[in-house]
Amino acid sequence: MKTKDIIKNGLIKENPTWVLILGMCPTLATTTSAINGMSMGLATTFVLMMSNIVISLLKSVIPDKVRIPAFIVIIATFVTMVEMVMKAYLPALYDSLGLFIALIVVNCIVLGRAEAFASKNNVGQSFLDGLFMGLGFTWALTLLGMVRELLGTGCFFGHSLIGGADGMLMMILPPGGFLALGLLMALINHIRNKSKVKNS
Amino acid sequence: MLFSLTAIALVAAAALAALNGVTKEPIAAAQQAKVENAISAVLPAFDKLEDRDVDGHLCHVGLDAEGNMVGAAIEAGNDKGFGGHLQLMVGFDKEGNVSGYQILETHETPGLGAKADQWFQKDGKGCVVGSNPAENALTVKKDGGSVDAISGSTITSRAFLGIVNDASAVFAQINSNANTTDYED
Repeated sequence: MKTKDIIKNGLIKENPTWVLILGMCPTLATTTSAINGMSMGLATTFVLMMSNIVISLLKSVIPDKVRIPAFIVIIATFVTMVEMVMKAYLPALYDSLGLFIALIVVNCIVLGRAEAFASKNNVGQSFLDGLFMGLGFTWALTLLGMVRELLGTGCFFGHSLIGGADGMLMMILPPGGFLALGLLMALINHIRNKSKVKNS
Repeated sequence: MLFSLTAIALVAAAALAALNGVTKEPIAAAQQAKVENAISAVLPAFDKLEDRDVDGHLCHVGLDAEGNMVGAAIEAGNDKGFGGHLQLMVGFDKEGNVSGYQILETHETPGLGAKADQWFQKDGKGCVVGSNPAENALTVKKDGGSVDAISGSTITSRAFLGIVNDASAVFAQINSNANTTDYED
């Protein structure tokens, strides 16, 4: 597979959030603000990258029958590392993301890429796939967080744009998450379909 | 099969143990810093701190250079918040007036109950700073009290004021103990 294709797959063509629709739990729960969405995306990117590298390196050593437990142990190790480092050096961020960091272990994207990509491709490609799938997840979460924060509180990355306005509270709450996700997904798929028609 | 899985688990455990050794101290330091920041934010200026345990509440008593009490920061909480446990650090000056508060742990709804961190502060809409809960227990207007509840978050406001009242009772105990020691001297 060409490098260009791997990059394009992760960011747009097979974007984890908009196209594969994987990992919806952290997507909806952590995007109450742009900065939270971005941090969650970057933490997941790190885990994806590292677990893809290690799994690709060990793919010939891991017997087929126990590959899932082996993958989970590797993924959980990197997630715990992220959790400990964040708790030590970014305690404020850890307080706001809390439980969802530990839940990266069971994020379908991470195990999905291990199973579908890293266990079949070489280390370099697996690293790139992890990086760009992670960045695809990150931009999706950041965009969703930005929209919800802007409509819900009138802020952009924590800076108030509209003085004194309270915003539509619902956008910060879970129903707003579903609405924003659905509408953005429709918009992005509409743009993708249009460009597909143009290309053919 | 057995060997490879065991080997992977062993390597993973060793890596985590090593990292735990590195991050243990910064984690403890970060938590300590959070408590210390909360204490200095809620207390009037002090020279020394003395930690006491009163009725299971951790109290940080602020003393001036001569060892007289200038106020106390009391850690208190309850489970009556809308999202569960709410834990506060409430500061009192030596007359028993609320000198400030900080939220240590909250699970309240963002945009509603989570506003408690600003709402009850000095320039907030439901200011409790400066009032004395020992003279008049703090309650929301809906319950016949004097404090403006957070709009749409009466449950959070009730839980919050309940904690401040509890902390005030703890402070009264510290104060009476302090007075008795003075007599004995």
